Amino acid sequence: MSNSINRRDFMKLAGLGGAVFVSGLTGWSIAAQQAGAHDFYFVQLSDSHWGFEGPPNPDARGTLPKAVAAVNSLNVLPDFIVFTGDLTHTTDDPQERRKRLSEFKQIVGKLKVPNVHFMPGEHDASLDHGAAFQEFFGKTHYTFNHKGMHFIVLDNVSDPAGRIGDEQLAWLAADLKQQPQDARIVVFTHRPLFDLYPQWDWATRDGAQAVDLLMPHSNVTVFYGHIHQENHHMTGHIAHHSAKSLIYPLPAPGSQPKRAPVPWDPAHPYRGLGFREVDAEKANAEYKITEFPVRGQQS
Amino acid sequence: MSANQQRRLILLGPLVLGLSALTTTFIHAQAQERVIKVVAKRFDYTPGDIQLKKGVPVVLELTSLDVMMGFNAPDFGVRSDIVPGTVSRVRFTPNKVGTFPFHCDIFCGSGHEQMTGVFSVT
Repeated sequence: MSNSINRRDFMKLAGLGGAVFVSGLTGWSIAAQQAGAHDFYFVQLSDSHWGFEGPPNPDARGTLPKAVAAVNSLNVLPDFIVFTGDLTHTTDDPQERRKRLSEFKQIVGKLKVPNVHFMPGEHDASLDHGAAFQEFFGKTHYTFNHKGMHFIVLDNVSDPAGRIGDEQLAWLAADLKQQPQDARIVVFTHRPLFDLYPQWDWATRDGAQAVDLLMPHSNVTVFYGHIHQENHHMTGHIAHHSAKSLIYPLPAPGSQPKRAPVPWDPAHPYRGLGFREVDAEKANAEYKITEFPVRGQQS
Repeated sequence: MSANQQRRLILLGPLVLGLSALTTTFIHAQAQERVIKVVAKRFDYTPGDIQLKKGVPVVLELTSLDVMMGFNAPDFGVRSDIVPGTVSRVRFTPNKVGTFPFHCDIFCGSGHEQMTGVFSVT
């Protein structure tokens, strides 16, 4: 497959050792049979926390540009890129928040892929209910279609209590009503929609209502951020995949008393950081998640 | 006293005694309820380590010195908003021994993730 070749090229160009097959998803055989369905892949980046400064990442201002450079190194670009929130690190100062959003937008503006989708994390949106984010990136929840698939972006951060809210849930229900039962649906959101580890607030207070709405659909997958590490979880037939961050890793859920950042290791810089490629291959109905670390030198 | 009256007394007797015992238990529990004041401010709770006894009911009186906060202790199924200028109360009875975290679940700024505390239950 051309995507496989591209992936190998990507690893070579990015100086990476290899890709890890993480999991597969159902539904792609149906996808392959539907008109308009083609092989494609997208890249998920998450939690760049632009504006953060501190020991957990001595190269805080360099990590996002390195990720942008690595994605740009692809021989064939992904169909689209999605950023699943916490583009910037929070600040009490509304002007500084806009400055960080502006700088972030400028950096990711160097991506060669024109089709980029954004959503906020709580650091971007919770202190002003998403006002500044919307000035730069538009709506915080929306849908789009791509090659026979339906993508839904859910906002569970503009409410500082981490709720989706009744209005957005009604919007979700109305949107899902328009979709066939076996539609291939991918949800992008920031916080986990299920109770991953409520003791660390790794949950969405009304996330179960969203999952209930999605449950009747047979081909649903959720990609999210927030927890700064890979995690793969099933709620019934719905797979939930969290992404690594581009600033500092967080410990595994409940593995230590506090959810403090994993300290920077000078012997292994950028360890635990990265981004992922998600690709579908029509020929063998395979859907793969490939994780990539961040390397030290910007190409 | 007629036979019917005697039968009624025999039937009602245990019920009255049961209600009496329930009332006594309730009053006893109310009397034992501990009240602990917890003050929230960005980005901590005071006290941050709350000593509790298993089986002893507790009422937390929560206040905030600055902004809207949350208080969430998933291990005991209690949570509350904390609105500045008001006192929020949560009641529960620790039913297990150990150390259990609580946290702010309303995003309040750059130290929000560190706004945590623990219950030490013995």
